[in-house]
Amino acid sequence: MSAIPAELNSAARLTGAADVTPAADPPASSTATSTESVLLAGAGGRKPWLPERVQAVLLAAAFPIALVVLWHYLVVVTGTKLVPTPYQVGVMMWDFSFGGIHDDAFSGSILTHLLASMQRVYGGFALAIVIGIPLGLMIGKVRVIRQMLDPTLSLLRPIPVTAWLPLSMIFFGLGPRSAVFLVFLGAFYPIVLNTIFGVRSVDPRLFEAASMLGCDGSRMFRQVVLPAAMPGIFNGLRLAHGFAWILIVVGEMTGVPTGLGSVIMDGRTLSRTDLVITGMIIIGIAGFLTDRIIVGINNRILRWSPQHHG
Amino acid sequence: MVNDDKARRRFLEIQEVTKTFQIGADQVQALRAVNLNIDKGEFVCLIGASGCGKSTLLRIIAGFEKPSSGRISLYENAITGPGSDRGMVFQDYALFPWMTVRENISFGPRQKGLARKYIDEITAEYLNMVGLEKFADRYPLQLSGGMKQRVAIARVLANECELLLMDEPFGALDALTRESLQQELLEIWARTRVTVIFVTHSVEEAVLLSDRVVVMTAGPGRIEADVPIALARPREVSAIDFNQVRRDITQRLTSHVRHGSVRDLKAVA
Repeated sequence: MSAIPAELNSAARLTGAADVTPAADPPASSTATSTESVLLAGAGGRKPWLPERVQAVLLAAAFPIALVVLWHYLVVVTGTKLVPTPYQVGVMMWDFSFGGIHDDAFSGSILTHLLASMQRVYGGFALAIVIGIPLGLMIGKVRVIRQMLDPTLSLLRPIPVTAWLPLSMIFFGLGPRSAVFLVFLGAFYPIVLNTIFGVRSVDPRLFEAASMLGCDGSRMFRQVVLPAAMPGIFNGLRLAHGFAWILIVVGEMTGVPTGLGSVIMDGRTLSRTDLVITGMIIIGIAGFLTDRIIVGINNRILRWSPQHHG
Repeated sequence: MVNDDKARRRFLEIQEVTKTFQIGADQVQALRAVNLNIDKGEFVCLIGASGCGKSTLLRIIAGFEKPSSGRISLYENAITGPGSDRGMVFQDYALFPWMTVRENISFGPRQKGLARKYIDEITAEYLNMVGLEKFADRYPLQLSGGMKQRVAIARVLANECELLLMDEPFGALDALTRESLQQELLEIWARTRVTVIFVTHSVEEAVLLSDRVVVMTAGPGRIEADVPIALARPREVSAIDFNQVRRDITQRLTSHVRHGSVRDLKAVA
């Protein structure tokens, strides 16, 4: 659960970015008029927008459908009683969402658990953003702060967040606050490290340009350092958000009565594998949807740089 | 905005400026005892082979680097850091990629906290001056090199800088774009009467543009010659007198290289 991939990822994006020429940029072609802007015209012969989109959805759906089919046949062929069929999981998901089938403690309880988990995930994630981004900007830009904090961060980073579990239970007790703390820790490192990397990879001439135009101090951070580091920051946010959902399950396995992690834990104790898989699928969907939202914000904020679009 | 007091003071004075860089264990002298005075409104080109310290000198004037010794002052006030009275135009543009053309140009005025209406007026004026009204809402990544450099010029002019510092600004552009930008720059200079220090390694460009060509030589960087260009404007690069001036300056540049190599040979022998 180390955040090293985060750095590799940003580095790959940045080197990739250097290869992208303005000519590859489609919005320019619509209003280009002068001779110079002929350079900017997008490549011709593009396929219509809709079929490409439909094709993409079909391609994306084909693989999971094939997996579900394979899952079904493996269960039927082996005759195992330990793993439910996709249909049984589907029934469980319906009951978990709307009730009326099993009528047990879990029937129709999806909102309670989902909202509890979301609160903790987004709470910890938001806390990591609020602390991680300003800290990353300062470590990246101010030499003294970097010299003071970077070694400590490098020392703490390799410690798996799950190893903090016992201490976190001592600090925050058996309950949701402990889960929020773990989510915070897991989301914090990718955000800080990618923010630092984002600042460090900005062309130093941009800071020189800003200072000669009369921008300095806190205005420099707000108007230049932060927006310039945005590609790195969003890399960190997407990774951190993934870690947040991973850690919520660990966090909620510590005796919290609600949350998707606790549902999975209960399913295990009760040998209700259909419930376990239901919890897994719902986490997957929630994580996927939040990631889409982050990508949407990313594309809006980084609309100036098509190669940073998710 | 120039008051009487400013009018009486000397504009840019560079006295005995040296610059030594520490590279690993070695000390590299980039500039030795550079003296240069520039008057308000002058167009001065710094020319020389790479490594002659011309860009270092420009960066010291901009305030991005501090001289190791010597004095440098504008209106008799010592230059201690970057300031909005001096504007740098970089070879690689250094535009803020997340800002539109309009936002890049209005960046300086916005830092001063001027009224919105006044900022919009200034921005529109300089957008018009560099002919980019139609591209005002584009991002830098959607512009060609020539257009980016126009934005960079407008950005420092909109900041009402008194000294335009240009570091090989047209070096990365194709010949046609470079020619049209040279003409545009001369028109802008004639209109605004801003003082320009222009670093280049093209003799033709230096003779075409400037009132004075300052020839610099390397190892360590110093001023070899300060040549006034008396040619009438507009100048024609194919004219006979233009060619004479060009040949004269080229000789000053290359004669040093020859002397230098002779010295090197003696040292080896």
